[in-house]
Amino acid sequence: MIDWFPLWLSLRVAALATFFVLTIGTSLAYLLSHKIFRGKNLMDSLITLPLVLPPTVLGYYLLVMVGRHSPLGHLYEGVFGQPLVFTWQAAVVAAFLHSAPIYIKAGRAVLETVDTRYEWAAHSLGASEWRTFWRITLPLAWRGLSSLASLSFARSLGDFGVTIMVAGNIPGQTQTLSVAIFDAVESGNGRLARILVIVISVAALALLWAAGYLSRPARTQGAG
Amino acid sequence: MRIDARLIKRLPASGGSEGFDLNVHLKSDADVTVLLGPSGAGKTLTLNCLGGFATPDEGRILINDELYFDAPTKLRLPPQQRRCGYIFQDHALFPHMTVRENLRFAANAARTNSGLNRHRRIAELLEVFELTDLAGRKPAQLSGGQKQRAALARMLVNEPKLLLLDEPTRGLDGRLRQAFYDLLGKLRERSTAPMVLVTHDLEECMELAGHVCLMEAGRFTQCGPRERVFARPATVEVARSLGIYNILPASIDALDPGRDRSRLGVLGRPWEVCYLPGRLIGDQGYVCMRQSETKVVVEDDAPAAGNQLLLKVESATQSLRGMRIQFEHAVVAEISEADYAACRGSERLNVEVPPAAVYFVGK
Repeated sequence: MIDWFPLWLSLRVAALATFFVLTIGTSLAYLLSHKIFRGKNLMDSLITLPLVLPPTVLGYYLLVMVGRHSPLGHLYEGVFGQPLVFTWQAAVVAAFLHSAPIYIKAGRAVLETVDTRYEWAAHSLGASEWRTFWRITLPLAWRGLSSLASLSFARSLGDFGVTIMVAGNIPGQTQTLSVAIFDAVESGNGRLARILVIVISVAALALLWAAGYLSRPARTQGAG
Repeated sequence: MRIDARLIKRLPASGGSEGFDLNVHLKSDADVTVLLGPSGAGKTLTLNCLGGFATPDEGRILINDELYFDAPTKLRLPPQQRRCGYIFQDHALFPHMTVRENLRFAANAARTNSGLNRHRRIAELLEVFELTDLAGRKPAQLSGGQKQRAALARMLVNEPKLLLLDEPTRGLDGRLRQAFYDLLGKLRERSTAPMVLVTHDLEECMELAGHVCLMEAGRFTQCGPRERVFARPATVEVARSLGIYNILPASIDALDPGRDRSRLGVLGRPWEVCYLPGRLIGDQGYVCMRQSETKVVVEDDAPAAGNQLLLKVESATQSLRGMRIQFEHAVVAEISEADYAACRGSERLNVEVPPAAVYFVGK
């Protein structure tokens, strides 16, 4: 009998990570695409950094930043009553770090393609920036952003390096799908590895197809 | 003054595009002020400064005695608080909303009215601009003229205090243009806010303007009431840019204030015109005469009714009102096709301008 817990955990982790990507990531993408401020280039570089650093380095940073002896770790422990590291919640942070950079960078580009004139028109009609974002910018960028979100979900499913550094490999607690595959191969359980590989491949393929489907140009737009 | 805006803005050169320097003082009391000039003159930038989408480096903006912008005190009203109706070049109707939703967005954004009044105002504007049947359509399903009506209606929802229109008839054919001018008449019944309209189209300017600002390379070359700007261009450059004048070099040969006469020398021929106050004998300059008032003398024995010149014909082309003849010295005149048939083949023709139609500008 196969233990399906890793699949269930991975889906839960990816869903939560995607939620944070959509909220935090979209805010940062909006900031980068619509605001001029000091240190914007630095912020952009910091956001790109996780894409180029080895997962071990990222994991190390995370351990230092949210470990039990760090201020952030203390804060987390104070609020939630348990440490963050080596829990499934840490896997969410790892998955977020894995998928957010691409979402923010591509999301910035998507938000920049929204014609400024629509936003100006909204402002000239008296709409606040907040209202303009929710009623004009976001709906016009939604197609692109939702496609990116499904891509983020797929990427969140696949994180391995940072997850194993900060969440560990505790079966039934923090063992996600990709970690379970590693475990299965290591312990010579070829049949389990094969099945899990097929599951994750099919899931990724389906999500990529969905991303492509969402980003296709609408047929009704641009006519007339 | 209903509009008093002093605007200075420098755009630094960047990546291939040259820097741009805007320095204008827009003062107007008219209902409709037209900024007329070629593309790249800074017309849209001026409009954006008024609307709050560009921030001048220096200057101040006073609309209906309300301060919108003041550089020394760093006051800058954001666009949301300026209550400027803005018509963009492509109308900028929100593509994901129907016409009614576009208007409703405007009504809800400003919240100047109570809910019921907002609803009533939208219904009224849809009715006035003949959009009631189209209210459920999205912008992509509308024709150019319908989009224009929707944009005007949306602009009026919040009772704007200043109307800004950026080349509103760009890309529309003659019939739709006329329809648009009629719409502006309708608009005037609903809103008395001063309007600033940007165009590079001379006829549109003639049709709509009360006050005209001619613009070139970030500067106003001449401002004033429309009739005055068109009848009395301040410099020969302005006259040239208007494109409605025949312009020839001239000198003042005699001045006679007693008989209200002056004599000019134009291409070696003496021309009698009205007295030119403030000029001296020997002044060099140009005579400007409207192309529409430059006549071709067809019958040689007809008595001369004005100042004449014998000019070489360079070409003749068909025009709306007959034939358009191009002479040497870039002089243009129009005659009917029948008259053209009579003088066809002549190498040189006499052109004639009545004394009152001749306008002298100094160098």
